[in-house]
Amino acid sequence: MIRVLVSSAPIDLAAELERLEVGGAVATFTGLVRADKVAGRGDVAVLELEHYPGATEAALTRLLDQAVTRWALTAASVVHRVGAMRPGERIVFVGTASAHRAAALEACAYLIDRLKTDAPFWKRETVAGEARWVEARDSDDAAAARWGA
Amino acid sequence: MKILYFAWVRERIGTGEEDVEVPATVTTVAQLIDWLAMRSDAHAAAFADRDRLRAAVDQAFVSLDAPIGAAREVAIFPPVTGG
Repeated sequence: MIRVLVSSAPIDLAAELERLEVGGAVATFTGLVRADKVAGRGDVAVLELEHYPGATEAALTRLLDQAVTRWALTAASVVHRVGAMRPGERIVFVGTASAHRAAALEACAYLIDRLKTDAPFWKRETVAGEARWVEARDSDDAAAARWGA
Repeated sequence: MKILYFAWVRERIGTGEEDVEVPATVTTVAQLIDWLAMRSDAHAAAFADRDRLRAAVDQAFVSLDAPIGAAREVAIFPPVTGG
C-alpha cells in the first residue's frame, strides 16, 4: 500500500490513481515543471533533478510510513521524476487514500511539504543555455515545520 | 570511508565519489569537511561556505557537528530543492 518510485520515466497519472483506489477517499498532488521567468535571463528551458540513490527512497519511505500511521491511510504513493525535464512535464506525484476525505487531504499536503525539505533532491535550471543550481527556499522550511516533528 | 558529493558540491570538486582513509583524530562531519578541504583547491572552494553545506552519515541526514563513528558512507551536499 506504500509506493515509492524515483525514476527518469514520465509519470503515468492514470496508473498511479488506480493504485490508490483502495479506500473511500483519494487525494493527490501533481507538481509540474514551470516555465519560470528568471530575472534578466529569460525562461527556464530545462529542469534537471539530481538525487541521492538509496537515501532518497529511504527518506520517502520513512515519510510515507509516518503519514500512514498519523492519518490511518489505506494507501500512499510518492513518485518523483529525476533527470532532465521540460516545462509542463510532471515532476512529482503524491497520492493518499483513506476512509474519509479529511485524512487523505491532510496527509497529501503533509507529504508534499515534507518531501521538499526531507528528501535529497537537487534542481538545476537551464536558462538561455546556462545551467544554475536552484537555491533552497526558507518558505519550504516554514511549510514543512508547520507539521511538527 | 566512501565520501559522496551531490549537486554543486560535486561539480566544484569534480567528482561525485571518493574513497578516503580518514585519520582517527577526525571524529565529526565538520572535522571531516575540514580534513577533506585540504585535499585540493577545488575541495577548499566547494567547502568555503559551511552554512550552505548539509550532510548524511550512512544515508541518514545529520547536522555538521554529528559524529561519523564507524560510518561506511558520508555524503556532503547543498540544502535540498526537490518537489
